[in-house]
Amino acid sequence: MSEALVATEAAGTGTEPVPAGSGARQFWRRLRTQRAALVAAGVVALLVLVAVAAPLLTAIEGQDPTTYHPSLIDSARGGVPIGSFGGMSADHWLGVEPQTGRDLFARLVYGARVSLGVALAATVIQVALGVVIGVAAALGTGWVDQLLSRLTDIFVAMPLMIMSLALLAIVPASFPRPVLVTLVIGFIAWGSISKVVRAQTLTLKGLDYVSAARLSGWGTWRIARRELLPGLAAPVITYAAILVPVNISVEAALSFLGVGVKPPTPSWGQMLTAADVWYQAAPQYLLLPAGALFVTVLALTVLGDGVRTALDPRAASRLSAGTGRRREAKAAGRDTRAGKEGTV
Amino acid sequence: MSLVQVTDLTVEFGDLKAVGGLSFTLEQGAALALVGESGSGKSTVASALLGLHNGTGARVGGSIQVAGTAVHEASDDELRRLRGAKAAMVFQDPLSSLDPYYAIGDQIAEVYRVHTRVSRRAARARAVEVLDRVGIPDAQRRSRSRPHEFSGGMRQRALIAMALACEPDLLIADEPTTALDVTVQAQILDLLHTLREETGMGLLLVTHDVGVAAESVDEVLVMRHGRVVEHGPVADVLGSPAEEYTRDLLAAVPRVDARRAARENASSDPGAQDAQDVVLEATGLRREFGRGKGAFAAVDDVSLTIRRGETLGVVGESGSGKTTLGRMLVGLLEPTTGEVRYEGHARVGVNPAVQMVFQDPVSSLNPRRSVGESIADPIRARGERDEKRIRGRVTELLERVGLEGAHYDRYPHEFSGGQRQRVGIARALAADPRVIVCDEPVSALDVTTQAQVVALLGELQRELGLALVFVAHDLAVVRQVSDRVAVMRRGRIVESGPADEVYDNPQDPYTKQLLAAVPALDPQVAARRRAARRELAAA
Amino acid sequence: MSGFGGFLLRRAVGAVITLLAISVLVYVVFYATPGNVAQITCGPRCSPEQVRQVAEQLKLDDPLYLRYWHFLVGLIAGQDYSTGTSVAHCSAPCLGLSYQSDQQVLDIILTKLPVSLSLVLGAMVLWLILGVGTGVLSAWRRGRFTERLLTGLTLAGWATPVFVIGLVLMIVVCGELQLLPFPQYVNLTDDPEQWAWNLLLPWLSLALIEAAAFARMTRASMLETLAEDHIRTFRAYGVAERTIVVRHALRGALAPVIALNANNVGSAIGGAVLTETLFGLPGIGQELVHAVNVVDLPVVVGMVLVIGFFVVLANAVADVLYAVADRRVVLT
Repeated sequence: MSEALVATEAAGTGTEPVPAGSGARQFWRRLRTQRAALVAAGVVALLVLVAVAAPLLTAIEGQDPTTYHPSLIDSARGGVPIGSFGGMSADHWLGVEPQTGRDLFARLVYGARVSLGVALAATVIQVALGVVIGVAAALGTGWVDQLLSRLTDIFVAMPLMIMSLALLAIVPASFPRPVLVTLVIGFIAWGSISKVVRAQTLTLKGLDYVSAARLSGWGTWRIARRELLPGLAAPVITYAAILVPVNISVEAALSFLGVGVKPPTPSWGQMLTAADVWYQAAPQYLLLPAGALFVTVLALTVLGDGVRTALDPRAASRLSAGTGRRREAKAAGRDTRAGKEGTV
Repeated sequence: MSLVQVTDLTVEFGDLKAVGGLSFTLEQGAALALVGESGSGKSTVASALLGLHNGTGARVGGSIQVAGTAVHEASDDELRRLRGAKAAMVFQDPLSSLDPYYAIGDQIAEVYRVHTRVSRRAARARAVEVLDRVGIPDAQRRSRSRPHEFSGGMRQRALIAMALACEPDLLIADEPTTALDVTVQAQILDLLHTLREETGMGLLLVTHDVGVAAESVDEVLVMRHGRVVEHGPVADVLGSPAEEYTRDLLAAVPRVDARRAARENASSDPGAQDAQDVVLEATGLRREFGRGKGAFAAVDDVSLTIRRGETLGVVGESGSGKTTLGRMLVGLLEPTTGEVRYEGHARVGVNPAVQMVFQDPVSSLNPRRSVGESIADPIRARGERDEKRIRGRVTELLERVGLEGAHYDRYPHEFSGGQRQRVGIARALAADPRVIVCDEPVSALDVTTQAQVVALLGELQRELGLALVFVAHDLAVVRQVSDRVAVMRRGRIVESGPADEVYDNPQDPYTKQLLAAVPALDPQVAARRRAARRELAAA
Repeated sequence: MSGFGGFLLRRAVGAVITLLAISVLVYVVFYATPGNVAQITCGPRCSPEQVRQVAEQLKLDDPLYLRYWHFLVGLIAGQDYSTGTSVAHCSAPCLGLSYQSDQQVLDIILTKLPVSLSLVLGAMVLWLILGVGTGVLSAWRRGRFTERLLTGLTLAGWATPVFVIGLVLMIVVCGELQLLPFPQYVNLTDDPEQWAWNLLLPWLSLALIEAAAFARMTRASMLETLAEDHIRTFRAYGVAERTIVVRHALRGALAPVIALNANNVGSAIGGAVLTETLFGLPGIGQELVHAVNVVDLPVVVGMVLVIGFFVVLANAVADVLYAVADRRVVLT
């Protein structure tokens, strides 16, 4: 939904030399100072826990997400759950789904697995593809770069939803759906992170310490591994942190439309497909999956912001700069003459 | 009433006290320079004069009177009336200081209309008038150009024009020439001098370059760590400084007219020179950039020889091609035509025997690696695996360059710029090179640190018999270190020879122009050079 | 301005190449997949006889590149499909025949297109104004309560999936408060007022998400611009803060944001699909979902191409706008 946003937000990082104090220790220290990010991290951790422990939780409740309970719904009235609050009871902690009678709590909890799992896996694919292609484009010769950049542009231009919809149409239903959705999202939306990686690699390539490594006698591969990849860690992590909530939204949207994760496998988006019809009978049917999506995406976004700030405090300080403050002083020592135009 | 009266000025940014208890006075029409190294607080003082620290969270104490306005307690409206109209500021980097989207004439007109009630047309006419005044040719047409269409020197003139528009009583110039070539710098300083003569404007000049101060002002105030070290007429402070810091500062400034101390080894003996090995030889080097119509040659038909144990200085302004040349000598860049021979053999690509020391202390070291590891890199690249031997060698090198062996595990950000350059030198030495090409190794350093690093390079050369190629734009520094000098302009070598000959008796008009542009520390010498520049310009 | 003309030409050529590449990719992916293409294309209710006819029409015996060539030619000049008994002419640009609904794909798209365009363009106006306005305001008033409120709202807006906002809006406004009837599409040409009223909720749902994204981008860009040196220059010359923001900071801050709007269009189209489905608007998005569900291959392919075309067009326009705003880009 917001690849554009991702691009600006990540574009601020990593185009300048890494600021002082940028090791892993400093990163954790800075992250700890941001309360909002810590709260968000807690929420995310909780969600992951719920997703991982889904079988345990449903076992405690004594239900599972796929069994129909026709006795709990009133088919005469169109499938409305019997009982108040959508059929909440000691057996069904959050009530049951209209029309099918499936346990809502179980579906919610298993739905977390699908939403988080698909989003994370898709992000991994996007990052992997993006890094490989971005680095190859930046380090390759002229025509390799041209070719890969053109390819990247094409994929960036492809609207994710549309292409996902179309692709999901032609694959036979026998292929496991969550895996399919993961693959589709992962293999279509890698373009923007690839551009960021390429830009950052180009910048790093020009830095003097990389030239020094060449002068020492190291070969290209070793330089790429030892000098360039660590420099990519910061922008890639920042970008990935924003990709995850975006992917969650995309999967939810696809499932909402009925083409993503199909029943009986539960997914939060899928649970909202008929919510506009059923909300009157069972308001939690709308509120719970919608709330879950909202909270998840919000927490991940706030966490992503915190990660970005912790990785590049200078970008963050610019974002909160005062009205009259000049840009932070340049390198230690006095200003370099590198600012002279056309220093050859 | 004085033009500027500052009493007990203090400026604090959080915990950092940038300026502590500064006082000075500037009379109408007089010129004062604030001289200091980085971190001395001089720019902070300049900004404080216009109240630019308001709203930034900085705490400003003391009293500041500028052109009749009490800046330290002025309201926003009063400050706005002061800024640009009675006191105007010229900043360091003209490219980023101007709005890239609007024409220069429009920007000047806008500033003019803030302070005077005139029509747009009159404002634009005034803009053209001041642009012409600062020496921009074809001012009418060029007033419609955008900043990136001007050269660096022209842009700085445009900034000065903007400052002139409202005819202020005071001009504050914050490092106005730092980002410019030395010849352009001379032009700008001459311009400021002329404008002051014509308008009677007062001038507050902030600079790290003592020579620049000597050229342009009557009084000098030397700052260090936010405090005044010495204050007085320029001839007194620069001629016979009272304070030790000032003396050290002046001693560290390289002079372009100082002959190099005689060298101990046999390089001054002409006969021995021929017999010495030629370590690196470049023949007909040429390097093109760009394609088709946009192609240009950064380096065009350059041939050099470098012998063992000698230092070749390559001096030139921006665009001269000296950095490209340096990179070709080291093998980081392939020449379009021509070749580089190392010890007689043609060489393609890099060779650890030819190393480089880089300009920017920030980007020359991997920030994620300890300095010891960075220095150890060439040793490991050779195949050495014994950790103890590696560590031993690195410790040796660290101590050789004036750092401590215990610094092995520290990270670059824990060191100052000068120390980082030393690490860079240690790294270059770790490869056991015969030749080191130094690409502007001291330009990013303060003048006192500069002197130390230059001295270090000299020591190492004598001890190890290295050949050095010293690429720089600063003529004085180059003279200090070089045996022979090559002057580059637009990709070609216009003059070369023994350093003393080239400097004392230049043949090429460009070399003469360069030498005439170098700021002098003695005001009388400065005046003579200014006259010489005028002659050359008229010629 | 030959520099600018050259720039336009380069961008135009780039756009055409991208479109071609997309068409190749799409064609290959969809028509080269394993499985009986003719069967899929014809639909589940076709008899074997009909399937064979379809196979003939699609010239499935020809190698892939030749089929693509025919497809490309048909796109530009139209094609004739012979069924043995009759000849169906598919006028340019020919996007194929939908066997399941017995219509030309182009006709299907053309009837649905105005709905989608109404939705997307109307929402675009809304989100640009809302988003940029909010972003500029929150950058200007940084540190004060207004800014915190706005930042919080935009964050919340961005985190909510578009269909959730639509659902909530629909339920609250139409169901509970009954301020508006449930939207039903009315043609612009028939009744402009009703057209606008009915589209109000869909516009809002689509615009709010994109506005939130925009607001965040604009705020970040604005803050960065305000910290730049040339802003400091004008402050040092006594120019009023408001003038600085509007005249000097805005253009620099908006230029990259405009360029990224092109990306936004791509994601907005996705949002449009969701909004159409939710509100039951008979647009391209809804048709696409339907086609996907019944696996009507020609319609799916046709839609993807048309939408891809609009996205590339939007990208190109955004590039040109960026160059107009910031002349330095022309040099690239």
